[in-house]
Amino acid sequence: MKQTIWTKPIYYIVAFLFASISLYPIILMILSSFKPNMEIMMSPLSLPKSFSLQTYQNLLDRVPFMTYFYNSVFVSVVSVLLILITTSLAAFYIARYTFWWNNVLFFIFLMGMMIPIKLGIVPLFMLMKDLGLTNSLWSLILMYTATGIPLSILILTGFFRTMPAELEEAARIDGATDLRILWNVVLPLMRPALGTVMIINFIQSWNDFFFPLIFITDDLKKTIPVGMLSLFGEYSADWGALFAGLTLSSLPMMILFFIASKQFMEGLTAGAVK
Amino acid sequence: MQTEINPEVITQKTHKKRKRWGIHLFPIPALVIYGMFIVYPLVAALAYSFYDWKGIKKGAFIGLENYKNLFTAEPFSGMFWNAFGHNFLYFAVQMVVQNGLAFFLAFIIYQKIRGAEFFKLAYFLPRLLSVIVVGFLWKLILNPNFGALNVLLGKMGLENLKKAWLGDPDTALLAIILVNCWFGIGFAVLIFLAGFQAIPKELIEAGRLDGAKGFTMIRTIMLPLMMPSITIMTVLTFIQSFEAFELVYAMQGSQGEPYRSTDTLAVYFYRLAFGGSTGDSTAIGLGSALAVVLFIFISIVTAFYLKSMQKKQVEM
Repeated sequence: MKQTIWTKPIYYIVAFLFASISLYPIILMILSSFKPNMEIMMSPLSLPKSFSLQTYQNLLDRVPFMTYFYNSVFVSVVSVLLILITTSLAAFYIARYTFWWNNVLFFIFLMGMMIPIKLGIVPLFMLMKDLGLTNSLWSLILMYTATGIPLSILILTGFFRTMPAELEEAARIDGATDLRILWNVVLPLMRPALGTVMIINFIQSWNDFFFPLIFITDDLKKTIPVGMLSLFGEYSADWGALFAGLTLSSLPMMILFFIASKQFMEGLTAGAVK
Repeated sequence: MQTEINPEVITQKTHKKRKRWGIHLFPIPALVIYGMFIVYPLVAALAYSFYDWKGIKKGAFIGLENYKNLFTAEPFSGMFWNAFGHNFLYFAVQMVVQNGLAFFLAFIIYQKIRGAEFFKLAYFLPRLLSVIVVGFLWKLILNPNFGALNVLLGKMGLENLKKAWLGDPDTALLAIILVNCWFGIGFAVLIFLAGFQAIPKELIEAGRLDGAKGFTMIRTIMLPLMMPSITIMTVLTFIQSFEAFELVYAMQGSQGEPYRSTDTLAVYFYRLAFGGSTGDSTAIGLGSALAVVLFIFISIVTAFYLKSMQKKQVEM
């Protein structure tokens, strides 16, 4: 494999080939969502002959998509907020104090990253039932907060440790409490790390399908991913509405991605690279 | 905001006292939620596996009976090994196809080709979709009659390659695994790219002066330095392969259709825990035993692998 005149062109061809394999199905999904059923069946690969939103109308007639959407937003936003609050408190404690049990605590939290929590779903189901939280969005919020804690603590603790402690000490001499130091002095400097934590956990809770599959049966309490399950279960012949549903479920995340692609890619790999 | 600190100064004394106690409250919320919803369920699953279950009612303590049944009684033991084999194939194909390709693509991007940012973006985009969306989208694409793949093959004059991809036991599992590769490749590219970029420039320069080129350069200089990112990807792929559930469920349902040719351990576990495996009732005891076995298997393999990699790195 010597570097020849052909090396660069081959690189480009391979890179382009796989970029199209990655993108084509997604483009197909979006284009198909504007086609009537007949057109999808007869010519699945061509561009839509005319631009119509009829499929989206059908989708909204068939399932309460706006309710799913609202539920997904509520669950994701509240989970992310809870994670930000609980993990910045815990990470601050772990990184800034030197009690002998801090390393043990850190290790216990990190173990969570290796745990396949799906395997604990039976006791979790019973627990949610005892708490009266089945068919409640709070069952999902608590799960996403819990599963988000380990990685978020890893990221925030790492960031706290790189920050100089002088500012905090100055504030402490001024008599500020620990909580106030964290809120007024430390957190404003932590924005990049907090952003990473936000993005990772938002994707996780927005896209998860496993926990609502188990905890939620009431159609009006479903998030978008399980809502898709009912759509595909009941209207599997209406391909136009199916493609519209898939497109609409993915759109919010894709828009966010194009606005902040760098943060997304750095965020999602942050835990693994460290 | 900073001015709000001022009133604090006045009451400095009381705060100094309270501070020592208050700080220990900081990790409590995270610890409570984590303990309740991550640690407790795993401990409870272990306890559940030692009991006889009638539906969702806990019966008598039966020791290791559930484990014995899982591995010796039919149809349980047959289903276990069938699913285990599928999980293993899942891991092997993902390692070769997804991680192998990703390594190469990352290397290409590392060569500072034009449009590197676009390529990264393109490979990564599928990772943003919900796994259920990925599964359903590909189910439509792989549809034998109207799906885009078969139509595309027909247009290219490859009529005889057209297939009922998901209906044929020979291709169904492979199709699902390849869809998983499609989903995960962008993440692997980013991990490997980060690995390449962490290689000190001086080392590559030194290698070049010594006459190392192309493949020799990759093998002798880059590969050893890439071991941390390769290790990470191997562990993540391993864990993800052995808990594969969502994609199979989305594309082939909880029975691992056709004829359990796509069944995985997590799908089997789901059937045991929530019904559908023995026809009528759930088998929580058996399901919990399976969860414990799988958990121990994943932990032991991961721990051993990480240990051995650590040793190797020390030797280098």
